[in-house]
Amino acid sequence: MENEQDRPQTDLALVEAIKSGDESAFQKLVERYYNSMIRIAALYVRDSAVAEDVTQETWIAVLKGLDKFEGRSSFKTWLFTILTNRAKTRAGREDRYVPLGPGWETEDATGEFDAVSAERFVTDGDWNSAFMPRKWEEFPEDYTASRELRTVIEGALATLPASQAEVIRLRDIQGWPSDEVCNVLAISETNQRVLLHRARSKVRAALERYFAGEQVDRS
Amino acid sequence: MMTCKEMVELVTLYLEGALPPEDRARFELHMGLCHGCAAYIEQMRQTIYLAGRINAESIPDHVEIDLLNAFREWKSQR
Repeated sequence: MENEQDRPQTDLALVEAIKSGDESAFQKLVERYYNSMIRIAALYVRDSAVAEDVTQETWIAVLKGLDKFEGRSSFKTWLFTILTNRAKTRAGREDRYVPLGPGWETEDATGEFDAVSAERFVTDGDWNSAFMPRKWEEFPEDYTASRELRTVIEGALATLPASQAEVIRLRDIQGWPSDEVCNVLAISETNQRVLLHRARSKVRAALERYFAGEQVDRS
Repeated sequence: MMTCKEMVELVTLYLEGALPPEDRARFELHMGLCHGCAAYIEQMRQTIYLAGRINAESIPDHVEIDLLNAFREWKSQR
């Protein structure tokens, strides 16, 4: 039986609880978005202390504006609109480079890309049988990634251009739907897919190396 | 028939449900016949799954204290 308590509360349910003064609901909502907010603010302001400031200011603005929030857009969209507006203002005031102009991500979504090294294919484009992908182990439903596995994934993300890393963080790590990712990052659906593809392909390759190494170590 | 090299570039569009129906059918036909590509696509699914398991929702203590103070102040002024 599914337990009602195990299911995370929706943003709107938390917002309603906050309106009636529930402190733990506020804590939950802050925890849900804090790290993404810091990273996205940092895309504009390029300084982690300033990004932290902007994020805190945003939460205070959220509290002040909460009664006016009517749920016409998603809470997430509203929250990140406040955040990015503040980050832009702050970046402008401090004369810092603002990378998120129109098309900021385009460079990372164009140019040559191979999801898998060309050497693993024979000339007609089929797998070279020596380098064919192998099945990984199966993971149980309630699987919790080990610290080592986190390190492998984080290590792969650290090598990605900022736009690719942010798209995969929001889509796959945070589990956001694609339209909200496009909104918050101000990118097109098409570019989002390209960035996601490139990011996922590189993370997959890192995991493949990791799992292959593990098998060697065990034997 | 799509080549394996093409398959690995289309997998995200496939998983996003963004392949046109005709390409989707060709993709699935290839996947059904090719062990290497079937394993690859399964690895991509597992990559997405594993990425979703590393999410750590934690905030620094000093931030939590500041924000809770802001919350209490807001609440007291309502």
